Amino acid sequence: MNPVASLSQTAQEIRGLALKAISNANSGHPGGSLSIADILAVLYFGILKHDSKNPNWEERDRLIISKGHASPAVYAVLALAGYFSADEFINTFRKINSKFQGHIDRLKVPGVEVSTGSLGHGLSIANGVALGLRLKPDSKHKVYALLSDGELQEGQNWEAIMAASHYKLGNLTAIIDRNRLQLDGMTEKTMALEPLAEKFEAFGWLVKEIDGHNIEALQNVFRESSRRENTAQPLVIIANTIKGKGISFMENQVKWHGTSPKKEELEKALSELKV
Amino acid sequence: MSEKIATRQAYGEQLLELGAEHEELVVLDADLSGSTGTAKFAKAYPERFFNMGIAEQNMISTAAGLALAGRIPFASSFAMFAAGRAWEQVRNSVAHNELNVKIAATHAGITLGEDGASHQIIEDIAIMSVIPKMSVLVPADAVETKAIIKAAFIHKGPVYIRLGRPAVPVIFDTKNFKYEWGKAQIVKEGKDITIIALGIMLHKALEAAEELAKENISAEIINLSSVKPLDKETILKSIEKTGAVVVAEEHNKVNGVNGLIGALIGQNINKFIPQESVAIEDRFGQSGSLDDLLDEYGLNTKNIIEKTKLALKRKS
Repeated sequence: MNPVASLSQTAQEIRGLALKAISNANSGHPGGSLSIADILAVLYFGILKHDSKNPNWEERDRLIISKGHASPAVYAVLALAGYFSADEFINTFRKINSKFQGHIDRLKVPGVEVSTGSLGHGLSIANGVALGLRLKPDSKHKVYALLSDGELQEGQNWEAIMAASHYKLGNLTAIIDRNRLQLDGMTEKTMALEPLAEKFEAFGWLVKEIDGHNIEALQNVFRESSRRENTAQPLVIIANTIKGKGISFMENQVKWHGTSPKKEELEKALSELKV
Repeated sequence: MSEKIATRQAYGEQLLELGAEHEELVVLDADLSGSTGTAKFAKAYPERFFNMGIAEQNMISTAAGLALAGRIPFASSFAMFAAGRAWEQVRNSVAHNELNVKIAATHAGITLGEDGASHQIIEDIAIMSVIPKMSVLVPADAVETKAIIKAAFIHKGPVYIRLGRPAVPVIFDTKNFKYEWGKAQIVKEGKDITIIALGIMLHKALEAAEELAKENISAEIINLSSVKPLDKETILKSIEKTGAVVVAEEHNKVNGVNGLIGALIGQNINKFIPQESVAIEDRFGQSGSLDDLLDEYGLNTKNIIEKTKLALKRKS
């Protein structure tokens, strides 16, 4: 299999594991998990410096997941990358005394850099990590922050966007999962974010806009970002995505923001994913 | 007790001292470095100081990120904003992640003075101590502040340190002062009543004890600078001995230290213990001079004396 097809397959596996876990828990967030599967596949299998056998490896890159409700996709990619068994995650997700909390918890799950869930914290935390790592001599670390689009309505993000630019965090890349839906409906109807690229530009960021489901486009933009050196400008990648991506009856349906698929729905979904 | 130094000033001096020895120490402020005391550090170590502008929520979460990157951050602002505005960031970014962030919040309580109610936080001890994993410390003077800043730096985990604006009497002697993490400190021994005081109320309690001694009332004074962890053993031992207690705090009486002590007594002591409170009676502050505010809100030596006598009357 060529590398692009292989990553596409990995993304489908992430989707399958995420849906199985949500269905088994009868609770969770499928829509925003499915929309980031390709982004996570590309990051974990080829871009990020990380080591599943040594999750706290000092030289690793840092990925801060601000949209902590996308935990099913995060656990799925970490399982596929060898951090823990997929079965443990699927069987215990959202159950009492499980490591696999509804929103990601760094103290419980190896590979999770920071516990999030309350929206709007991740970019500020990523700024802090980027500032802290930059203080180390010859620091080559890259810091990534994955945000939802809806969460940009939290004012704290704009404080962080201002600060990243002020502190010239060239080692920081933010990724916006621009799926255009949030719990109550369309982002542009609920609280409009556009013109989003122009807002970031006005705050001093370098902006790239791509198709967040195009593996090659993701590889290109992340490779470019990981090679960035001696730059003072933070980078934001606006990844245009589809909420519920990959499952015909979930795509662009706001209902699937936080609804778990029933048994028949799961079976149909898994057959569509071909995993 | 003649010399007066603000606890925020002592904080700034201690930061400077720690900064010289420890590369991992970083400091954040939100446009108040000239007031919180962090400006000295900022000048000496500009590469390790981050002014985050008037954006406290971002400051606290950024501090969390710095801790994740192996730094030991002290984040400062007025307590109203560090504890109040950024409460949810303290709770979720810092405490829930069990991160090694120190929040040194100044201008707490009504003694902030003329700026008035919008800036006078009388709720911070309550809202910080309800957060799991959080330590809450309230130094009584400049000497204890320096010891607490050093101890907080060494302690692994989130710490909230409540500091004040006005210059307050120096109670302790640098040479003989020993700070022990999590311990309540018996500053003066006595047998008739226990007065538990924290922050600026400690020197008032000591003054009250001197006055009370003239009337043959022997008060034991406890400095409760560690609200969390709470040193149950020292507190209960003293109250069991004296049989009465007054709690003096520059904080709302609702959900303040008074309630913590009441619960402790109820769950541990089988006999009746009269308890009185010197605190702010569930109302907002206002503009005014330090002395006028302490009078208006009943936070003076005479209020402690009055409540002590009331408790003793109920005891007999």
